Amino acid sequence: MTPNPYLFAPLLFASLAVFALACWKRLSLISLGKPEQRCDSLGARFNDMLLYAFGQKRVLAKPFGINHFVIFWSFLILLIANTEFILNGLFPHSIKLIMLPFELYVPLAFMIDIASLLALAAVTVAAVRRLVAPPFPEARTPEAFFILTLIATLMLASFALNASELAAFMLKSGADPASFLAEARKVMPVSGLLAGLLPSLQLGTIHAVAWWAHALALMAFICYLPNSKHMHILTAIPNCFFQRLEKPNTQPREDFAIGNTFGVDRVDRYSWKDLLDSFSCTECGRCQKVCPASITGKPLNPRAVIHDIKVNLLENGNALKNGTAPRVPLIGEHGEGSVSEESIWGCTTCGACMEACPVFIEQMPKIIELRRHLVESEAKFPEELLNLFENMEGRSNPWGIAPSERAKWCNQLNVKPFDKDTTEYLFYVGCAGSFDSRAKHVSVALTQLLDKAGISWGILGKDEKCCGDSVRRLGNEFVFDKMARENVTMFIERGVTKVITQCPHCFTTLKNDYRQYGLELEVIHHSELLRNLVRDGRLTVDKATTEMGATVFHDSCYLGRHNDVYEAPREALAAATGAAPVEMERNRNNAFCCGAGGGRMWMEEHVGERINITRVKEALEQKPDTICVACPYCMTMFEDGLKDVKADNVRVRDVAEVMAEAILR
Amino acid sequence: MLIVVCIKQVPDTTQVQIDPVTNTLVRDGIPFIVNPYDTHALEEALRLKDRFGCKVAAISMGPPNAEGTLKKALALGVDYAILLSDRVFGGADTLATSNVLAAAIAKLHTEVDEVALVLCGKQTIDGDTAQTGPGIASRLDYQQLTLVDKIIDLDFSAQKIRVSRKLEGRHEIVDAPLPAMLTVVRELNRPRYPKVQMRLAAAEVVVEVWNNKTLQLDEQKIGLKGSPTWVSKIFSPERDKGEIIGDGYADPTGTAALLIEKLMAKDMLPL
Repeated sequence: MTPNPYLFAPLLFASLAVFALACWKRLSLISLGKPEQRCDSLGARFNDMLLYAFGQKRVLAKPFGINHFVIFWSFLILLIANTEFILNGLFPHSIKLIMLPFELYVPLAFMIDIASLLALAAVTVAAVRRLVAPPFPEARTPEAFFILTLIATLMLASFALNASELAAFMLKSGADPASFLAEARKVMPVSGLLAGLLPSLQLGTIHAVAWWAHALALMAFICYLPNSKHMHILTAIPNCFFQRLEKPNTQPREDFAIGNTFGVDRVDRYSWKDLLDSFSCTECGRCQKVCPASITGKPLNPRAVIHDIKVNLLENGNALKNGTAPRVPLIGEHGEGSVSEESIWGCTTCGACMEACPVFIEQMPKIIELRRHLVESEAKFPEELLNLFENMEGRSNPWGIAPSERAKWCNQLNVKPFDKDTTEYLFYVGCAGSFDSRAKHVSVALTQLLDKAGISWGILGKDEKCCGDSVRRLGNEFVFDKMARENVTMFIERGVTKVITQCPHCFTTLKNDYRQYGLELEVIHHSELLRNLVRDGRLTVDKATTEMGATVFHDSCYLGRHNDVYEAPREALAAATGAAPVEMERNRNNAFCCGAGGGRMWMEEHVGERINITRVKEALEQKPDTICVACPYCMTMFEDGLKDVKADNVRVRDVAEVMAEAILR
Repeated sequence: MLIVVCIKQVPDTTQVQIDPVTNTLVRDGIPFIVNPYDTHALEEALRLKDRFGCKVAAISMGPPNAEGTLKKALALGVDYAILLSDRVFGGADTLATSNVLAAAIAKLHTEVDEVALVLCGKQTIDGDTAQTGPGIASRLDYQQLTLVDKIIDLDFSAQKIRVSRKLEGRHEIVDAPLPAMLTVVRELNRPRYPKVQMRLAAAEVVVEVWNNKTLQLDEQKIGLKGSPTWVSKIFSPERDKGEIIGDGYADPTGTAALLIEKLMAKDMLPL
């Protein structure tokens, strides 16, 4: 019955060598990445690791997450059992758990037995799921079934092993079978049950077969793990530890010096963390199931982007280490290991992928790095962006309208210029609020509400410039940098400290992006301000408006997911209409993008269903009379989408317009 | 083989205002841009460079700050950029301007390489005369092909070119020997966007300036003295103040009806 250490030891050390070699290979590839600071605030990082890696907080956010949770924790517990197994295999009879004090052994043996059962159940559920309704079609791979079978084999073998040992002990001790087995079932419910079923004459054979089955499965697992996507077992925990502590709602600055490269066209121009991300992805597909581009049939798939970065790194690793040219290009239509330009331009930067990823992989920033390369180093982008880039650089607005026209929207109003001594807030109107005929109505409604509440505010008028959001998300960092520096200089010169925006894109850019330029502004989105004014009694709703009928609220990505403002617009709408807005199926941090973010506002959408149509249909399921938004881009996308689906009876209104209807009319 | 592109720095006309007292353009604080038609001439020259490997020179006559325009050309990939700037060039009409530009092209021809093509925008958006390009062709005795929307064929060794000219309602295919001067329309191509590396490099370059000491032109033929035409008055036409009717936002149907009524009353809707 004794396993043979002279056979086991060489096999074990060979598999450990395979494991170590593969780990070394991949980890050394990660070191090809550029440096990036991810070791600050260790306390917070440790917390995140406990919560998200060991607590599996994000994993559990989806129904099948519990399945993974079970496997994860079973694995941790079974680490003890497997350590015992290996030691016992190397030094038979010298090291066994049963040598522990009885009070310690009993609960440990119980836990191991139950953990094995739960793990077996969980992998069975996972296998059935992949057969019946896989998380996404490509998830039904032989690899998935191989690893699930391997885990199941480990569990079944360990039951058989424990059961045969129990039965053998019972025979040897001459104890009464019924009472012995009853006691055994209390300690190891599954193995104890199994022990009573084993034929006593073949116990030795059963033990030997179970032992070697377990040993071989374990060694196969050790060899296979670091050479597959299951490497996430090793990398996911550090990946949670090294996650971005601030929301990834902005991109890093670039240094515009001669000789520098801009953006990423080779994997080694990503940071080490980006490369660690690629090894931490286990291809669960949660990102692609929330990605507006993937869902509507575009070529972009955030899971595939991360996968291609990994494949590219593996393919080019040696070349990059030796300083020779990479074999597989990172950008282009070159199959696995390359990201197509169409994918790169498909991203709306809505951030849903990053919100969904259980291990905090940052898909969106990697896509923007690729855009940066295309725009800045190759001047290659969809042709409709040429006008946008030139208009932004030349006239500081997306449409190329003369800057002198910027304050025309308030010609008929008595609007004061911002002056740090006489006005408290700068109302940063934004390009849409200044030039877009629909959004101008929102500007007017908002200013009337500000006046009604007695807020002291002013505008920059024709001196206001575009914040640069679209060009930054489109990867034109060079132009963004110029725009940001001009704006920051002007804000400092004029003494701007408190800003009201009506556009979530201006909001996030002024609030988050300009911090990189040393400007800390107190930026408030109008939905937050209006909610506060109602709460503080500075705006009162005497009679809630019934004009709007049933309302449904759509979250803007740059207000919600990127800046965590979810409740303010809802509370403002509830105050104005007397009832909380109806929620769409996907809302708050799970909301579905309107399709206009990331500069997509200025691009054509030819492939698949249009994103705004998908979202409009989702809104219409709630049978609203009014769709409420808090962003001029969302406004345009909904107005257009409603026309396309011929839902003429449904209106789109900004939060400010609904408030104005309730308070001013 | 050298292709010369003539480009001009113009005020962004959508932002220009006219000083009613002096009858001149108010240029303070108005951003300058490269004359939009010239960007298409520049693009075509760069495409020919990509195709034939010839060199491209960009020249511009203007004040010292027109250097920015030439830097943009450098960022896009021209090989030489020369600013023609001198007080005595100032106040020039199209005749005097073409004298200076032609002299510069002749100098490039003798000192750099044989000039095969000169490309200009069809006109500038500030003067709108469309005379400078043809003027250059006349001074240099080059073939003159205006309003080109396509270069159909170009053979440097056979010294031949075939182009399509975009005329009102029709196209004209014209064959001509080289050297030739082309003025181009927007339909010719889609201008490229500069790469950051090139922009950074161009920003460091000190653009070569040729003044009249370099060109040695008769002062009677250049600048104000060499200009038989001058602007006697410049003004914006007065326009009746418009009228806002109805509220198209709150009541689109009613407002549309109101608009139709108004237009019918003025007999502006054909029935």
